Amino acid sequence: MITLAHFLVVGAVLFCISVAGIFINRKNVIVLLMCIELMLLAVNTNFVAFSRYLGDPAGQVFVFFILTVAAAEAAIGLAILVVLFRNRATIDVTDIDRLKG
Amino acid sequence: MTFELVCFYFFAAVAALAALGVISVRNPVVAALCLVLTFFSMACLWLLAQAEFLAIALVLVYVGAVMVLFLFVVMMLDVDLVPLREGFVRFLPVGIGIAVVMLVEMLMLIGVRSLQMAPGVDPAAAAGKSNISWLGETLFRDFLLPFEVAALILTVGLIAAVPLTLRHRAGVKTQNPARQVMVRREDRVRLVKMDAERKGGPAA
Repeated sequence: MITLAHFLVVGAVLFCISVAGIFINRKNVIVLLMCIELMLLAVNTNFVAFSRYLGDPAGQVFVFFILTVAAAEAAIGLAILVVLFRNRATIDVTDIDRLKG
Repeated sequence: MTFELVCFYFFAAVAALAALGVISVRNPVVAALCLVLTFFSMACLWLLAQAEFLAIALVLVYVGAVMVLFLFVVMMLDVDLVPLREGFVRFLPVGIGIAVVMLVEMLMLIGVRSLQMAPGVDPAAAAGKSNISWLGETLFRDFLLPFEVAALILTVGLIAAVPLTLRHRAGVKTQNPARQVMVRREDRVRLVKMDAERKGGPAA
């Protein structure tokens, strides 16, 4: 029998893997974007599991909206990445310091 | 151990291993392909949770569109990978430590009650509908305005991505249709008023 905890644990494991990925790949913007997608996937899994086990369709509708926003975010993020590479010839995060932040 | 549970563990293990591959492989193309495998395994898990529509949508939207976009960008950029990897070993203990602490905290939060929560009957099947009509009725009845806003967000993203990457190169000899259409007679032809002249030089 697959309980709710099974899905939540899978979501938690995926989320932690992506957090670790953000820490250890902190120079490569492409892998950072992939880690963000992975985080969204983990959260979506929790939504789907709760929607199934509590019998509420709102959770799955929310996943639908998250997919929409994530697709738009990926498109714009990659467009910014292309422009960045064209202007600076690098995608190293530590080189993006023109704002002195 | 039922067949469902075996499938669950298999897909979950594949997803976790592929996610580890995403964050650890050297080549971004391989990382993107690992991410495709993760998405696919998670779609299988969602199928096990009877979320058929979202599982198919995940495969279509992510594997079919977003990851292809990622692969295009990765292959288009000629990235020098060596300097991007140099902090890898230094941050590895920090990353693993934080991830493990977070995982332990989350596992403590998940708790005993959810362990006993049985799936029960599928709520869509209990209502006598398929998953997609169960979802669609809620979407178009209770969430119609957010649905329209989502369409608007996609349009804004589409329109924003084009001018971001558009570039005008100088010195390219192509036609500009806008300027061609906007040309007026006054720009091209100049009518000069002058006295009539006789052939063969001025009149005697």
